[in-house]
Formats: sequence, C-alpha cells, structure tokens
Amino acid sequence: MIKQISIFVTNKPGQIVKISDALSKENINIRAMCVADTQDFGIIRLIVSDPQKAKEAISSNKCIVRITNVVGIKIPDKPGSTKQSLELLSINGINIDYMYAFVTRSKDYAYFVMRVEDPESAEKILEESGVELITQEEIENL
Amino acid sequence: MYLGESAEKAGIDTKKLPLRIGIFGAEPWTEEMRQSIEKSLNIKAYDIYGLTEICGPGVAFECAEQKGMHVNEDHFIIEIIDPETGEHVPDGTKGEIVFSSITKKAFPLLRFRTKDIGVITHEKCACGRTFVRMSKPLGRVDDMLIVRGVNLFPSQIETVLLKENQSPNYQIIVDRSGSLDSIEVDIEMKEENFSDKPSDIIKTEKTLENKFKSALGIKPKVKLVSPDTIPRSEGKAVRIIDKRHVYENK
Repeated sequence: MIKQISIFVTNKPGQIVKISDALSKENINIRAMCVADTQDFGIIRLIVSDPQKAKEAISSNKCIVRITNVVGIKIPDKPGSTKQSLELLSINGINIDYMYAFVTRSKDYAYFVMRVEDPESAEKILEESGVELITQEEIENL
Repeated sequence: MYLGESAEKAGIDTKKLPLRIGIFGAEPWTEEMRQSIEKSLNIKAYDIYGLTEICGPGVAFECAEQKGMHVNEDHFIIEIIDPETGEHVPDGTKGEIVFSSITKKAFPLLRFRTKDIGVITHEKCACGRTFVRMSKPLGRVDDMLIVRGVNLFPSQIETVLLKENQSPNYQIIVDRSGSLDSIEVDIEMKEENFSDKPSDIIKTEKTLENKFKSALGIKPKVKLVSPDTIPRSEGKAVRIIDKRHVYENK
C-alpha cells in the first residue's frame, strides 16, 4: 500500500505553483500527480517521496491536506497488461473511485495508482494473481 | 424588473397595457432601478416605506414629485437619532430612523428603533404637502441584509454552520444578476470534512444549501473554499460583500 496526499484548492491560478514551491523547499520529489477539477474547486493528488513531510509543508501554507491509502501496481509496459490486471478487480466486484498512471525511467514497467474503498482486499486479490504491487519504500527510492 | 424583462421576452408591448402606477417596497432599490422599471413597464414607480413592527407598508409614501417619502404624521412620529448617543440629529443629517405610533390600538410602539439609516426634511414639498419627508433608507445600523425581500442576519448563517460542523470562517456575497438578487455563501473547508472525492464535496455543498434554505427562507449557492481564500481584516474574516450597491449614499 502506498500513501497519497490530496490537497483541496480553490479553482484559481497559482495553486499548483504554491504547492510545488512548498515541496521543493523541503526537498520533496513528486512522483505522480493527478488533478480532479470542478468549476469551483480542484483536488490535487500527489505521490511524493515523503508523504508526512509533504503534508506538513503544504498544511503550513494554509491548505487542506489529507493522506489516503491507495493501491499502487507495477505492470509490464506492453499492450494488454492494463486490462489483465484491472479485470481481476472488476471480476471481484471492486470499484475504482479514481486512478492515474505514471511512468518512470524504467522502460519495463508502467505504474498505476488507484483509490478503492478497501485497499487491503484489493491488494490481496491482485497479489494472489501475481500482479506486482508498489510499496511505499519503492516510491521513496524511485 | 423581472416582469418588464418577461413582458419583453413574451412580446408584450407594455405601452399598450392599462398600467399607470407601481408601488415598490420591501427591499432597497436605487434611482437607476426606478428609471429602468418606469421605462420597461411604462409606469410611474413610487417608493413606499414600512416595517412589520409598525404596520407593514404605508408608514411613508412618495408623492408625484418623487422627492422623498411623506411620513403619515397623523399616525406616526418620525425621529432621526445618532445611534450611539440616542440624541436627535438635525434635518439633513444621517441617523437612525425611529418611529412612534399614535393611533395604533393594539401593539403600539414608542420610539421604535428601526436600525435603518436615513435623513428627513421638514421643508414644504412642491406638491403642497407639509408632512415631513424621509429619504430612502441609506443603510443599516446592524449587519442585516435584505435579499429578495427576505431579511437576513449573518448570525443565522453562523447557527447553521455550527450545527453542520462547518468552519465559522465564511463570507456572504450578494449580487444582482439581471433583475434578481443572487446570494452565495463561501465557507472555508475544515480538514476533518475534506474528502478527496469531488462528488462528496459537491454533496456537502448541496446539503448545506438546503439547510440554509430551511433556516433563512432563501436558497444560497454554497461554495466550499480553501482556508486562504476568504479575506481577513484585522484578523477577522470579512463577512459580507454586497455588490448590488442598493444604498445610495449621498
């Protein structure tokens, strides 16, 4: 299981700049980012090298931050592997609230982050079928 | 104004209607709005002043000159006072409007402080009447707002926020889009209320809109905002932004 930080922001220019500035001052690296937006507000979701430190840095800038547990998987970077791994969840009736993908310097793998109601059981299902999970430690060392 | 716009949309020529006069009260309106109403409905628009505690509408009314409202002095005594000291202020000076009723048999009121700010003049009017004339209300002594004819106090908003476990840092934004007042309440998000799913936040906003509707009688738009959004003045959030400019301060 990996830790994601979610930040509530008003929909106006400069919000992501402010957050990334707070992170850079603490020497925190952003591994993945996903922005959900509505007309009036946005939610920025980040996977970072040090979630706890990131939360403190962003909170001190008067932002609302929350750490949530999400499932991270690592799949072969080739056609068909997304379907294969996600099918396992749908067969078992697990709904994905949202997900996003990212790539790293590694040419062999693609990474997914997904938020589900019950991350423990989702991880169990994936792991039993041989899907590689990403650990928090791995994120820190990416 | 809404009627005028609707008539135009429906293709009704208001010049052909038998309407002559309209009486408008219950909420502040400006000279510009008078001109717009008179033009679009092809009528003379007169201002009326009244308040529920005294007798409702009919305390003071404009004559054909449209230069201030004649107070019906055979029924009511008007005084203008300095709200701080309670002393009378001279004609032409702004102060709190105070009424006493003379002829009411039930629920008489002596020196009832309206919390409305206005000025009066005892000068004889061109229409010939000598009853004292009062200006339109020029503001409020307290923080009451009148939106779509509904009286609204920020404390009512605060009660709802407290009950719903929301932040006490909020801001009321009143505006006028077209001919209708709009009201928006921005509330700072509390960390414990934050869900990272947008649908949850929108649901909370809708719930709050309905709670306000039942507490206030009008439904505002509710926006949850991040904690740095609401401007502070001397450490306290600025509570009300009224973009309508309904009080003409001369």
